[in-house]
Amino acid sequence: MTQSPRAKRSGLTLAGRQAVWAYVFLITPLLFFLLVRIYPAFESLRLSFLDYRSPLTVNPFIGLENFQEMTQDATLHRALLNTLLYAVIGVPAQLVLGLGVAMLLQGINKYKGIYRAIYFAPYITPIVASAWVWQWLLNKNFGPVNALLEQFGIPAQPFLGSPDQALVSAAALVIWQQLGFQIVLFLAGLEGIPRVYYEAASLDGVTTWTRFRYITLPLLNATVVFSVVIATNGFLQLFAQVANLNPTDQGGPLDSTLTVALYIYRMAFQSSKMGYAAAITVLLFAIILLFTVFQLRVLRRRVEY
Amino acid sequence: MRKRFIVAIASLTAALAVAAAQSQKTQVVYWQYQFDSKVNLVNDLIAEFNKANPDIEVKQETFPYDSYIAKVKSSLGAGQGPDVANLFYGWLPDWVGSNLLQPLPASFPAKQLEERVGSLVKASKINGQYYAVPTAVRVLAVFYNKDLFKAAGITSVPKTWTEMEADAKKIQKSDNGKVSVAGWAVQPEGQDHHLFREVLSRQWGGKPYTTDFKKIAYNSLAGLEAFKWYTGLIERGAATRGLDLFPGSGNAYRDSFISGRAGMIVDGSFAISAIRNGAKFNWGVFELPVREAGGLRANFGSYWVHGLTPNAKGAKLEASTKWLKFLTSDDVQRRWLKAIGELPANTVLAAAPELRKDPIYGPFIASIPFARATFFVDEAGQRKALSDALNSVWLTKTDPAKALESAASGEQKLLTDFFKR
Amino acid sequence: MSVPRASSQTQSTPRPSSFRFTSRTWVYMALTVGSVVTAFPFVWMLLTSLKTYSDVFQPGILPANPTLENYAHVLEKTGYVRWFLNSVGVAAATTVSVLFFDSLVGYTLAKMKFPGKEIIFVIILSTVMIPTEMLVIPWYVSALKLGIADSYFAIALPGLISAFGVFLMRGFFEGIPDELFDAARMDGMGEFGLFTRIGLPLVKPALAALGIFTFLGNYNAYLWPLIIIQSANMRTLPVGIALFSGESGAQWQLIMAASSLAVIPVLLVFTVFQRQIIEGVVLTGVKG
Repeated sequence: MTQSPRAKRSGLTLAGRQAVWAYVFLITPLLFFLLVRIYPAFESLRLSFLDYRSPLTVNPFIGLENFQEMTQDATLHRALLNTLLYAVIGVPAQLVLGLGVAMLLQGINKYKGIYRAIYFAPYITPIVASAWVWQWLLNKNFGPVNALLEQFGIPAQPFLGSPDQALVSAAALVIWQQLGFQIVLFLAGLEGIPRVYYEAASLDGVTTWTRFRYITLPLLNATVVFSVVIATNGFLQLFAQVANLNPTDQGGPLDSTLTVALYIYRMAFQSSKMGYAAAITVLLFAIILLFTVFQLRVLRRRVEY
Repeated sequence: MRKRFIVAIASLTAALAVAAAQSQKTQVVYWQYQFDSKVNLVNDLIAEFNKANPDIEVKQETFPYDSYIAKVKSSLGAGQGPDVANLFYGWLPDWVGSNLLQPLPASFPAKQLEERVGSLVKASKINGQYYAVPTAVRVLAVFYNKDLFKAAGITSVPKTWTEMEADAKKIQKSDNGKVSVAGWAVQPEGQDHHLFREVLSRQWGGKPYTTDFKKIAYNSLAGLEAFKWYTGLIERGAATRGLDLFPGSGNAYRDSFISGRAGMIVDGSFAISAIRNGAKFNWGVFELPVREAGGLRANFGSYWVHGLTPNAKGAKLEASTKWLKFLTSDDVQRRWLKAIGELPANTVLAAAPELRKDPIYGPFIASIPFARATFFVDEAGQRKALSDALNSVWLTKTDPAKALESAASGEQKLLTDFFKR
Repeated sequence: MSVPRASSQTQSTPRPSSFRFTSRTWVYMALTVGSVVTAFPFVWMLLTSLKTYSDVFQPGILPANPTLENYAHVLEKTGYVRWFLNSVGVAAATTVSVLFFDSLVGYTLAKMKFPGKEIIFVIILSTVMIPTEMLVIPWYVSALKLGIADSYFAIALPGLISAFGVFLMRGFFEGIPDELFDAARMDGMGEFGLFTRIGLPLVKPALAALGIFTFLGNYNAYLWPLIIIQSANMRTLPVGIALFSGESGAQWQLIMAASSLAVIPVLLVFTVFQRQIIEGVVLTGVKG
């Protein structure tokens, strides 16, 4: 494994050797990604051109018909819009709450561990349990949230039972559930900021806001990028939380909480339209790719200063 | 390295297992969804069957209900999974269309099936052939909370829908815009979409489909009247959406009834055990009302079936058929009712006097003769088309005529697509 | 609780300089209100797990007849212990594999020079974006062809290397100055040695963080295990818990008891190791 010092001195050989080692290190993981992720993805791409019901049936090639059907499918359009809405509502909310709580946790020194554990608990609670409790909390007639609203003279809200409020109510569950993860990310980001910066700032007597705006935020940029990319990806592939909030009418009421991933599942396994489902996964992949590239471009640029 | 090692070990084990099984016994893989009492009964039956047939070994595998279809489809699609599977009759057209089932062998003659099970079985005839044997039948009835009836001063159970609505109004209480007790907990995606299709639309003078099930017919004038009556229940203060009363999705109407928050629900015979175990009040069952005294009685009948998959070939087919015969024999059907509480898919057994007199089973049994089964080509999709229409009247104040039309066109598309294939 | 690891200077001394609120009491109050809101559903789950089946349907948060029967039922009458061990085993094996391969790939992409580096990184990263629904069926078919369906290996397979982890570890290795490696390289250390002896120790805390999140993700995985598991004794926790909700209703008291049993060990692990986990995401190696 060790190389002779002589070989090292020659620049070209050194570079060459390093490259060889790099490929040795990468070969197993690359094969893995190729076989476990990329090949099946292409397999799905192939299915998207077929009228595919099941591997046991004759599944004729239909060209772009599945993709044409996508342009006409109002439910799919609804799912796309919903998914976008989830991301638009959920990502900033997760970011702000995660950073906010992390900063509060930074400001204390007693019981820090207990608080952290409490905020982390939802993240590890099985979703089937939390989704049920969520429905109970938000129940129109018997839920504690409406009981609370009543105290303030606000009439009972239908929340998950209303096509207008259901998506936000479902997004709230996801935000609540993922908060623990975001807090850990931001706590780490905050820990990573060298204290000397703050010490210098406090000598200069700048305001809290200035300190936040000109020290914390810029230095947290890498964390913010990471958090945004993860959160966006999570929301664009949202599935389990929504499915569990209404297992019989998944994505209901009236498809108001339906996500693209859920719709794919519905098409593939409930309606036996696997070819069509595959075509939608291709679209979803394209969307996620676009988002990620865009986010990395925009947010990375800001890291520079 | 390690991966290859594990793969090698795994395939070696699999090969050994296959070899071992081949040399001794024919293995039959039996699948159903997880339902404790059914699983236990089938385990007992398997033990008996295996003992009586030493050359066959039946193996039961069970899966969560919510993902049972996905599991069956992915496994059979890959040439794995069950030889004999339990499924809802409404899934048959889709399963047959996806080649997940093979036609019943000649030892299950069509005539015998029709005689034994009655007219309901016809909804599972596809391309002139039967692909599965019905085992448990379900029909609808009204469960009611006797204590709430008493408190509201109601002395006898309603016979017509008008009476039922009046009773529901007496029970329902709300203050401050919140319902504290519902008269009737409704839930389209529960059993109520069936109630509209097969019961209300007929009793109002229409019918749900043309006789060949190829065309929607519930969007007639009569159907619309029935639709308006049902959707209007909430506004008239007689009913509340189940989901607004209790968490837990599809069963919210039933759970709200069990919790004492609702006076009545329309539900199937399969709900009996859940209600029996959970309810802390006096409750009873009555037959679905009619539109006016002496009017048309109607009910929705559905059933679970057992079918053979394409995996069952050669010796396996023979063994699987034997197991299926045993599973659907009169003796087993009788035990099925006792252990699980599901009505046997057998006109003779269901007509047993002790069943008909039972205060809980009685109203269900009495409805079997006139119950009809909808021919579902895409059970989930068709359910959704109608339940979305009902919900849209309640949640987005959609005009009932428009809502019904959109249900009809949505469901028609599924039917047309299916019959085109 | 005592935490064995060092680096306590960041922890035990308060950091008044980072953020000084007008009054610390306000911070505590805000955190307390927030944690009540956050913990409420969690507490509800615990309380429901102590209710009888029929009490689940009664109003009120507190159980009228508190009982541990549900726990006894879950532990004795179901395959819970087996599910738990299966989940822990699969998640642990996956975690070990992810930690090794992801840090190796992250290191290679961050610290080694070779042609095609950017492209390889983009390829790996792009696999993150492939929706799982797109992959499940081909995975299943392949697993059957390989004869590994219904095995622990098959359950773990899709997660054995994580592109997210690669992304994460690459970031951490990038934060370590090249000089550290160059010096060792000059001393004649081999490439693998550079990774294991210089690189890995510096990102140890990052490994702790990646480890816990990988573990949790696999511990809670549902869709794939459901599809690939055939026999009852291979079931993982989430698949097992799903068995409590059936066609005619769900046994919520059992679901809650099983869920609580699933959460508590993980929560304990987090509570004990939280400092390492959080520091893991911080680049301790480059602080100085």
